[in-house]
Amino acid sequence: MDGIGSSAPRREGREKLTGSARYVADQAWPGGIFGATVRSRCARGRITGIRFGPGIPWEEFTIVTAQDLRAAGWNNRVDFIERDQPFLAEGEIRHAEEPVLLLAHPDRYLLERARRAVTVAVEELPPVLDLDAALEAEILVGGKANLFKEILIERGDPDPVWASAAHVVSGEYRTGAQEQLYIETNGMCAQVDQGPDGPSLVVRGSLQCPYYIHKALAHLFQLPAERVRVVQMHTGGAFGGKEEYPSILAGHTALLAWKSGHPVTLVYDREEDMACTTKRHPSRSRLRTAFDAEGRLLAMESDFVLDAGAYTTLSPVVLSRGALHALGPYRCPQVRIHARAVATNTPPSGAFRGFGAPQSLFAMERHMDIAARRMGMDPVQLRRINLLRRGDRMATGQEVTEDLDLPGLMDRALADLDYQGRRAAHQRANAAGGPLRRGVGFSVFMHGCGFTGSGEKYLASVTGVETRADGRVRVLAAATEMGQGKETVFGQIAAEALGVPGELVELAAADTAVVPNSGPTVASRSTMVVGKLVQDAAVALRQLLVQRGFLAAEGATGAVAFRAAVARAHAEAGPLSCHAQYQQPEGLVWDELRYRGDAYPTFAWACYAAEVCVDTVTWEVKVEDFVARQEVGRVINPTLAAGQIEGGVAQGIGWGLWEQVVTDRGRMVNNQMTNYIVATAMDLPRIRVAFEERNPYALGPGGAKGLGELPMDGPAPALLNALQAALDLPELLEVPMTPERLLQAVQAAHDPGAPAPDRGGRP
Amino acid sequence: MTGARIPLTLTVNGRRHELEAYPMARLLDVLRDDLGLTGTKEGCGEGECGACSVLMNGEVVNSCLVPAIQAQGAELRTIEGLAGDGEALSPLQAAFVACNGAQCGFCTPGMVMASVDLLARSPHPDEARIRTGLAGNICRCTGYGKIIDAVARAAAEERP
Repeated sequence: MDGIGSSAPRREGREKLTGSARYVADQAWPGGIFGATVRSRCARGRITGIRFGPGIPWEEFTIVTAQDLRAAGWNNRVDFIERDQPFLAEGEIRHAEEPVLLLAHPDRYLLERARRAVTVAVEELPPVLDLDAALEAEILVGGKANLFKEILIERGDPDPVWASAAHVVSGEYRTGAQEQLYIETNGMCAQVDQGPDGPSLVVRGSLQCPYYIHKALAHLFQLPAERVRVVQMHTGGAFGGKEEYPSILAGHTALLAWKSGHPVTLVYDREEDMACTTKRHPSRSRLRTAFDAEGRLLAMESDFVLDAGAYTTLSPVVLSRGALHALGPYRCPQVRIHARAVATNTPPSGAFRGFGAPQSLFAMERHMDIAARRMGMDPVQLRRINLLRRGDRMATGQEVTEDLDLPGLMDRALADLDYQGRRAAHQRANAAGGPLRRGVGFSVFMHGCGFTGSGEKYLASVTGVETRADGRVRVLAAATEMGQGKETVFGQIAAEALGVPGELVELAAADTAVVPNSGPTVASRSTMVVGKLVQDAAVALRQLLVQRGFLAAEGATGAVAFRAAVARAHAEAGPLSCHAQYQQPEGLVWDELRYRGDAYPTFAWACYAAEVCVDTVTWEVKVEDFVARQEVGRVINPTLAAGQIEGGVAQGIGWGLWEQVVTDRGRMVNNQMTNYIVATAMDLPRIRVAFEERNPYALGPGGAKGLGELPMDGPAPALLNALQAALDLPELLEVPMTPERLLQAVQAAHDPGAPAPDRGGRP
Repeated sequence: MTGARIPLTLTVNGRRHELEAYPMARLLDVLRDDLGLTGTKEGCGEGECGACSVLMNGEVVNSCLVPAIQAQGAELRTIEGLAGDGEALSPLQAAFVACNGAQCGFCTPGMVMASVDLLARSPHPDEARIRTGLAGNICRCTGYGKIIDAVARAAAEERP
């Protein structure tokens, strides 16, 4: 059987291994032409004119500007959380790389020459380029006083504690932007059919959330829902980077297709994709904690700021998840978390695996090691006495109801690494001198599964399972496969629910003309939330087949008999289908205004531990060993799950050590794989993954929780904690901790007058 | 692209092709656009990611960095040359499926061709050798562990 718990091979594996899997750039469309985007170069200003240079046959081109949308009466705003971001800038420029004009032509080479021949004349205004400048609010660029969102989470009152506590530890921590760097860049193809009953629109491409795009296109063109169709093609990685930006790109291709009358394909090259599309929010966390003499956490205060960039995009919800993870997995009676997402004149930040949590958890998990050192405590012991247990309450008042054993999880992860043995060995070896220093470090953390708060209730996701003429059943869900294994895992869940082999289950394409809206493929929700709905629909279909007399009520049904029964049902009763819709579980209560209650239906928990080696000549850091141990409930497919954890850890290591977005006046300048450094096979150790399945989640399919984002949260603080141990240096407060920054931190520790670390921006 | 097209003769996956191409057209575009072999992918266009890796005269190259004229008369092998429609997967391809060496699949054709090259040079590589052999191919999904498993498994199965 290929049910829950088996390492069934990837369903689309063969296509991907033979090169027959079709991604958007692989598809040629009859009569198809290509699109390109002209963008602003400056960060803030007013458009004064658009000039078309000589030597280009402009009459052959389809050209779209904001005026076209105005003339047609279309909505030049992306329909997202706020409708503040234009598809094409009109008058005002709010960030570098803002789309201003679209071009299409059959000849790709001529198209690129034409794109370079367009000049957008801008009267420049002084920009706000980072979150510190935004908070000063001397220049207002967006939101109310440059604030897109502000959140306050309070539990008790920390203020009376500071004066009386045995220890008060303060610190400021920063994290940089990070590029998703999916290997397939963003791309989309649009076709418009001007039929006798009016126009209809089909968009196909590389995307995570078909129904987000569907909504954005219907709003842009004011079309009824049934005249817009969005189809996901094979998608070469996403990691959040294809959550919201594809709505803009889909709009652009559709505008060009509408005006030209041709199918239009628009695929970004790597430089454009890196410079223009969303990245992880840069952050600043100011933490203050109070401890008693034994190290018990008495109070915690966080001032958490995200740089949202020029438009709202998803920043309010990224901020929310960041704020809700800011305390980490600790018990603390007095908490105040003040979180703000600020507007700057930079390309909008957006979704990236972890979604705000890696930023705030980095701060807290670094802070715990720094606090332990300050108090002369072992970081293991400091965590042991403060980690959440069953019955404890989190910052929002949410009670831990599962039988959680975080100290045990931590101990097992540390044993996997031989943390104690290696720590002692490193201390001896480091004291003996030589250019290499080694250290071990770890982090303990959690990740909320599914949408925050009432998100799932409002999404009200729907899935279906239906019979097919050939006797198989087909799963209907808008969840997208982007490498994480959704096809395979949904197949396993449905097969288990029906009691049949996986080969009797097929998965419908993520095509809005075929599948219901099961919500976006984000937030570690697909397996846990949508997978559960697939299970419910499959169980219902089996019951329906029994009720209608096609299947026996009792006992197992063999594959041959099941297939025959489904084929007969399909022929005699017409297609049979069952749908399932999300219902908010009893007792799950969330107060969005006061940020009180059950922030997430459940959490995945983890302890990651790393061993690093620093070359004190070059300040290069090598990760020599890495252990990732987690509690994610029941694991549906151990091989695929481990693959997801290993890949997430690799991204987390990159964010911690190498992946630096360098900007110049609000433009990314290292927007190439040559100088934006991600891990190769040479740069990583074996990532040793362990799953604990001690706490199955009662409402997940087979007991599964979400796990996709979890591995992004832990590596960066574990690595910097290991660096602190290796160098006996607590002043490591920022990621990525590049060799240059490490050298600067070491120099600053020896010479307090040395210049502050370079943050990657050039004034 | 400026200048005149030139006649270009290539042998791809054992089949000879005669076509016209701009001399400085990228081999990647010739394969994808002129020959319809879209299994070979473009990830960066500057020879960093290896998604466009193919074998040229038996050696792995980044096809985004090879001008068409340099491939004149060459023997090329792409991902499509490993197993045709309906054919059994090669041991290496099968190992990638079995080990979950492909996630999103976009780096996969290049990763597989680089692995073919590696195994030709070093039929029984240890893990360090596999890592070196694949260092020119970037994968953002896997953290490389399952890819290394796949290559090691294929190498073990090929043993007599």
